[in-house]
Amino acid sequence: MAEITYENATRHFPGGTIPAVDALDLQIAEGEFMVLVGPSGSGKTTALRMLAGLEDIDDGRIMIGGKDVSGVAPRDRDIAMVFQNYALYPNKTVGENIGFALKMHGVERSERDRRVKEAAALLDIEGLLDRKPKQLSGGQRQRVAMGRAIVREPSAFLMDEPLSNLDAKLRVATRAQIAELQRRLGVTTVYVTHDQVEAMTMGDRVALLKDGKLQQCASPQELYDRPANTFIAGFIGSPPMNLLPAGHQDGKLTIGDAHVEVPEAHRSEVGRLDNVTLGVRPEHLRLAEEGMAGTVSLVEELGAEIHLHVRTKPADGEEVDVVLRTDRHARYRLGETVHLDIPSEHILAFHPESTELLFAPQA
Amino acid sequence: MAAQKRTGAARAGWTALAWLVGIVFFFPVLWMVLTSFKQERDAYTTTPHIVFTPTLDQYKAVFSGGIGTAVANSAIATIFSTLLVLVLAIPAAYALSIRPIKRYRDGLFFFISTKMLPIVAAIVPIFLAVRNLGAMDNIWTMVVLYAAMNLPIAVWMLRSFFLEVPRETLEAARLDGAGVRQELTEVMLPVVAPGVAATALICVIFSWNEFFFALNLTATRAATVPFFLVGFITSEGLYWAQLSAAATLASLPVLLAGWIAQKQLVRGLSMGAIK
Repeated sequence: MAEITYENATRHFPGGTIPAVDALDLQIAEGEFMVLVGPSGSGKTTALRMLAGLEDIDDGRIMIGGKDVSGVAPRDRDIAMVFQNYALYPNKTVGENIGFALKMHGVERSERDRRVKEAAALLDIEGLLDRKPKQLSGGQRQRVAMGRAIVREPSAFLMDEPLSNLDAKLRVATRAQIAELQRRLGVTTVYVTHDQVEAMTMGDRVALLKDGKLQQCASPQELYDRPANTFIAGFIGSPPMNLLPAGHQDGKLTIGDAHVEVPEAHRSEVGRLDNVTLGVRPEHLRLAEEGMAGTVSLVEELGAEIHLHVRTKPADGEEVDVVLRTDRHARYRLGETVHLDIPSEHILAFHPESTELLFAPQA
Repeated sequence: MAAQKRTGAARAGWTALAWLVGIVFFFPVLWMVLTSFKQERDAYTTTPHIVFTPTLDQYKAVFSGGIGTAVANSAIATIFSTLLVLVLAIPAAYALSIRPIKRYRDGLFFFISTKMLPIVAAIVPIFLAVRNLGAMDNIWTMVVLYAAMNLPIAVWMLRSFFLEVPRETLEAARLDGAGVRQELTEVMLPVVAPGVAATALICVIFSWNEFFFALNLTATRAATVPFFLVGFITSEGLYWAQLSAAATLASLPVLLAGWIAQKQLVRGLSMGAIK
């Protein structure tokens, strides 16, 4: 177990115009489960590979357990990594795969066998130890890859989208198992994913990256309630937060033909801005007799609830689809005109140019 | 239905064509083997004899004619040059694929460019160098030359096989504590073994069949099988059956190696295609 620190860590790819990872500052506490999340090309995998020593650090440094590892070879960093495609050794049995790192570190055969069995028992793959990777299902391979990591008892686990090759059902089950296992072992873990649901459900904290830059690092709840900018607001949550251009005058926001009062406590944050971006989560919008008008453009029935897409005109000539969660028993017709109530106690506002958060409801 | 019939007919057509091509290629070999079991008088007739009494006389004659030394020489040249090629080409291919050195493309081009020069153009300097080193008619000279001859192709072939190994597998090995040597021996080579086998077999075939160097740089002590065979070719065409017997014997090792390594060879040569 160890704490991990990125200090101004930067990575330029040869020929790239912008850094793949741009001056990343991040502190991961001992035993913490940190999720790096972001869209494709955000630099999350590169950041992880820099930590593993598989990618050079062009500027800044990375520390593991207080020791600068920037120039240290991967094998000497005492970390274990789970790869997206598992990267099992195809010619070795499951047992040999799991025990390979111990063998490389000169652990005696009997001790090795004992630890391999222990790790296999933990992952419920004891019956597979003599099989070759190609004889395993995707889920079993995933567990072997996990076994290879935990048998080492490393100071940190690095996981690069380890669930993305599993089918949806198995992914949910394995997600819970990994989170549970990490809590039991208490090993510092850095987990990369593009799936915000994984990020929200697994991480103690979530670091969100975009274009190589850290956008926000906070607990899942904080990220959901107080996204630092519109990018995060739109990335976290499914369906994501609705973002609407709104006019502002004297504490009153105008969205199309509807008006919303800025809560008294937040008047100063909005100040003299003429425009803001208004944010409201789908679960906070309500259908009402009056309010912002729009037409139903899509009805997604999910069983437990309905996601209703409503096409609105918040500003002149601009059409924005707003999503709200509604009762599963309600019935809607496409093209039907509805009115939306935007409750002022649930609204967030973002700066129209910098896109940064102006205010969010008090928790 | 009609479409199915059409595809059926097309398939039969292709099958027939494939067989035809196969037979055209195989016929000379078959004729060689048949001739080797004939008496000299039956071997070269204006109406070829298809029915004849087989005999082993030609093989006896070839063995007493001293093919044994030639086979031993060829075996030494082939085995040791192939081993030397693998020892040199595996690290080279690694440095040109997995951890590419600077300007590795230039390196690759340099390797293949040596194959662009016809050997005829290089034989005079090679001849002079070998003569001045006092290494004429020496089988170890052939080992070195055959290794040099096959090295570029081996490097290129091995490199393409190495590139097929998923990068993450090697990275996992590095994180698991493997050094370069263990990465190569524990993870890489077991995966690319079919490719290495295919490369080795190609080297074996090229070395075993090589004639031009042998003709110019060997005489009696270091004569290889192809050189020995030429001894049977005479302007009178008197020894056709014996020549066929010698040629059949000369082809056997390569045919056998190819037969045994068939599965590996196909797997190796199609490694990139089945990803």
